[in-house]
Amino acid sequence: MEALVASAVGIMTAAGIFLILRRRTFPVILGLSLITYAVNVFLFATGRLALNAPAVLNKYEEVPYTDPLPQALVLTAIVISFGMTAVIVMIALSAYLSSKDDHIDMSPQDSVDAPGEDA
Amino acid sequence: MSLFLIAALPFLGAVFPALLIRAGRNAAASAAALTTFLALMGLLIHIPSIMRGDVVTARFDWIPGLGLNANFMLDGLGFLFALLILGIGLLIILYARFYLSREDPMGQFYTYLLLFQGAMVGIVLSDNILLLIIFWELTSLSSFLLIGYWKHLPEGRQGARMALAVTGGGGLAMIAGMLILGNIVGSYDLSVILQSKELIQASPYYLPALILILLGAFTKSAQFPFHFWLPHAMAAPTPVSAYLHSATMVKAGLFLMARMWPVLAGTDAWFYIVATTGLVTMLLGAVIALFKDDLKALLAFSTVSHLGLITMLLGFGTKFAAVAAVFHIINHATFKAALFMTAGIVDHETGTRDVKRLGGLRHLMPITFTIGTIAALSMAGLPPLNGFLSKEMMLEETVHTTWLNSPYLVPGLALLASLFSAAYSFRFVSHVFLGPQRDDYPAHPHDPPVGLWIAPAFLVVLVILIGLYSAAIVGPLVAVVSSAVIGGEKLPYYSLKLWHGFVPALYMSIVATLGGLFLLSMHKRGEQLWNALPRPEAKVIFEAIINAFTRLSQWVTDELHNGVLSRYAIIFVAFTVGLGYYAYTTGTIGVETRVPLPAQIIPIIGWICLVGATLGIMWFHRNRLLSLVLIGVVGLIVSVAFNYLSAPDLALTQISVEVVTMILLLLSLNFLPTETPWDSSAARRWRDAAISVVAGIGTGALIYAIMLRDFAFPTISDFHLANSYKGGGGTNVVNVILVDFRGFDTFGEIIVLGIAALIIFALTEAVLSTNVRGYLLNRKPHWPQSGDSHPLMMVVATRVMMPIALMVGAYIFFRGHNQPGGGFIAGLVVAIAYLMQYMASGYTWAIERQRFYYHGTIGWGVLIAAATGLGAWFNERPFLTSDFGYINWPPLEEFEWATAMLFDTGVFLAVLGAVMLALDSLSRFAWQPGMAREFPMDINPLRDDPKDEDKEKEQA
Repeated sequence: MEALVASAVGIMTAAGIFLILRRRTFPVILGLSLITYAVNVFLFATGRLALNAPAVLNKYEEVPYTDPLPQALVLTAIVISFGMTAVIVMIALSAYLSSKDDHIDMSPQDSVDAPGEDA
Repeated sequence: MSLFLIAALPFLGAVFPALLIRAGRNAAASAAALTTFLALMGLLIHIPSIMRGDVVTARFDWIPGLGLNANFMLDGLGFLFALLILGIGLLIILYARFYLSREDPMGQFYTYLLLFQGAMVGIVLSDNILLLIIFWELTSLSSFLLIGYWKHLPEGRQGARMALAVTGGGGLAMIAGMLILGNIVGSYDLSVILQSKELIQASPYYLPALILILLGAFTKSAQFPFHFWLPHAMAAPTPVSAYLHSATMVKAGLFLMARMWPVLAGTDAWFYIVATTGLVTMLLGAVIALFKDDLKALLAFSTVSHLGLITMLLGFGTKFAAVAAVFHIINHATFKAALFMTAGIVDHETGTRDVKRLGGLRHLMPITFTIGTIAALSMAGLPPLNGFLSKEMMLEETVHTTWLNSPYLVPGLALLASLFSAAYSFRFVSHVFLGPQRDDYPAHPHDPPVGLWIAPAFLVVLVILIGLYSAAIVGPLVAVVSSAVIGGEKLPYYSLKLWHGFVPALYMSIVATLGGLFLLSMHKRGEQLWNALPRPEAKVIFEAIINAFTRLSQWVTDELHNGVLSRYAIIFVAFTVGLGYYAYTTGTIGVETRVPLPAQIIPIIGWICLVGATLGIMWFHRNRLLSLVLIGVVGLIVSVAFNYLSAPDLALTQISVEVVTMILLLLSLNFLPTETPWDSSAARRWRDAAISVVAGIGTGALIYAIMLRDFAFPTISDFHLANSYKGGGGTNVVNVILVDFRGFDTFGEIIVLGIAALIIFALTEAVLSTNVRGYLLNRKPHWPQSGDSHPLMMVVATRVMMPIALMVGAYIFFRGHNQPGGGFIAGLVVAIAYLMQYMASGYTWAIERQRFYYHGTIGWGVLIAAATGLGAWFNERPFLTSDFGYINWPPLEEFEWATAMLFDTGVFLAVLGAVMLALDSLSRFAWQPGMAREFPMDINPLRDDPKDEDKEKEQA
């Protein structure tokens, strides 16, 4: 089981990094989403794996519980990552619509700005 | 009045002038004056205890872990400076009311002035050197605002930048010095440091600490070779020059040296660094001042010279010199502020500050003439004025000082400086007021209204009174302050009086005065000589250095930040991988303590799906729609895995976030190209793949190693499990952590989420207000559109599901505290229920029926969560402490209530609002004219009969 989770995290990370190294916005967004999955599962797994032991207290008998803390952290991380993805998507979209170009890299012409003397 | 209040009052009062300026300039000035007056009164009521030699303190542990405590103390030295700051501040506020013209934004001026005043008061009252540093930097910042107050003048902006660069740079050095000092002593509290003289002076770090702290003091007090910023700061309005550059800010460095005098002074290093710097500064400033034609520049260099004088006295390290320094601080503040204000009046009334264009004003401006003359003669050191007294003491002390075995060097140079000092003081009087009356003044000079001259007149009265009755008026103050400077030891013998008999100092004074008159008479010749001499122009050197730094940092920035984001990403990843490799090769790893769980067939199937989908995304990522479908598969497997691995809350959250994320990405793909073209070379792809694979293997191996080992130390999770029900009243530990144990984190997170949604909204607004809007309105879709854009089946199904979905949302919300669920998940579920209506009947239809604004929903969510947290204060508990209990209403079973539930409501609203606002904004891109439909679904038989165009037009 651990090997499955660990290899899945590794593969998702690798695919995510490969995609964020692409030069267009959409693959980068996909890559970030994949890395988000990988990181969330990673954090979750730091609480160690357990089957049939949700952290919901049982009043009637003594049962084992999984580690609740990483779960709480990951829960908010999932929601925040939606916010982050949405912002990136909007930035990518606005940039594309404004310039009709979805490259993420600035071309050398873009970065030439005349330094103005403000004195 | 508490010292906290005295230090805080100017900051609090700084708000009012900016607000009250709408009610008129008098209102703004009165508010500033009233604030200062209150603080001054608060200070004055401490007079009895100060005069007894007590130290008033106010202590508050701010960040004890760093040794940073908001401790204030008021002793004689602090009292004197606070008195100067607040007292002269009050006079300056009055003067500035009449000085500034109608076009100047006066509200801003007073706000900056009060900010500065607060920072200065903070410096002199601090009993903690870290706190002192904070206020120190605040004075640099607020003086920057004041010097650059006339934003339209390039000199003002350049002067402000130069002052900030020099004093701010010195401040940085001082931080380092103070930290070293604090480390030597083991405390950052001044009261402790001042008791540790032997410890500090015996430390090997004494010299570096001394040099660094002195760098801070010398830059602030414009000591050679950092004196050049002060004349350039004179581009500020005259009230600022009078306040900052004569009475207060430049004295901050002196204050620091006086404050640290008991522990830092008395060594050879202190004597040779401080006294020599002071001596050189005093002489240099006096010589340059004589040849300046701009009145304010003349005064600026004379200030430099006098600051040098005081620095030199402090540098001597003897008690008598310390008394003389204290006395001269008082005297200099009175006559120099008066002189600056006089210069301001002359400038204001004649239209010029150029000495060469002035002269003969004594009959035109008799009041100004009287004030200016008395103040200038005091600066020259003539009896019976106060400048004479302290200069006598200074000269007296120099006679007893030996510099590198030479008993004549210090007194000789000091005499020369006094001579020049007398000369420029006489020049101020004779070249401005005396001489023949002219007829080419830029304006018609006459005495100003009483508001302008009353402040300097008051100071000049002080100049005379202190001169005549020094022992009675300032004697006790000087005694108290001096004893604070020398660290509470016994005062040396001194007497504040005009006549000391025929002592060397008297002969030196006479020589200086006569020599000054002689120099003045030779001024024309001297000026020719001066102008012929080559001399370095500080501004040019300063700017050359600054420009070199600018070019260097521009080059570094251009090289590092060339705008190629993928290069940043690869550097970041490669560096992280390198760090991981370093940790792997140098760290140790414990033995495996956990037995791996057996892998059953279903997880293996899930793994195959996930890995297949992930590899598929990599392979097919050029086909964007297909990769979206595949990433949906990944998300689905991840949520199922969460559920399988005992995390039902995560599973619920992940799957609902999955839905909204997919909708978002699909919507955005509508506008983006559908294919990703090939634009990196094969080599580059292989390189990227290699880096990714290494990073992936590292991450996977790391988590594998973690999962097979137990925690090395006990975790706080057990605490959460044990106290979830007892302390938080809920059995779902994950939810209790979110809304109770870590409620503050959650509170921050919903704010972040709300901000993200608002950013999206703002971006949409910004983009739609450009020409993009036209493009969007005429855009042709990528794919052929379905004939049924709002199909009957979907509309009916979503309408039926709406109440059910809301019900599910409510159910998930209410059970959240005890069973998997809660505000986050409920918010997402309800958002999906609404989104379904948008999808079924279209944006326009849905938006017309929308009854609440999403901005408001986010806002209410955050406010409710905050109000719940604040509620705890009323029960005298910390922010966000929750409470719970049980209620028994007869027809229902006993049920639980918890304030955490209210907090969760806030979370619910914020999440709902944020998700809806984000998707709503994105949908606005898709809006096109003609999309508005009266009907919720498409029942348009005409569309299926395209040949009958006439009929269709009629219909439209």
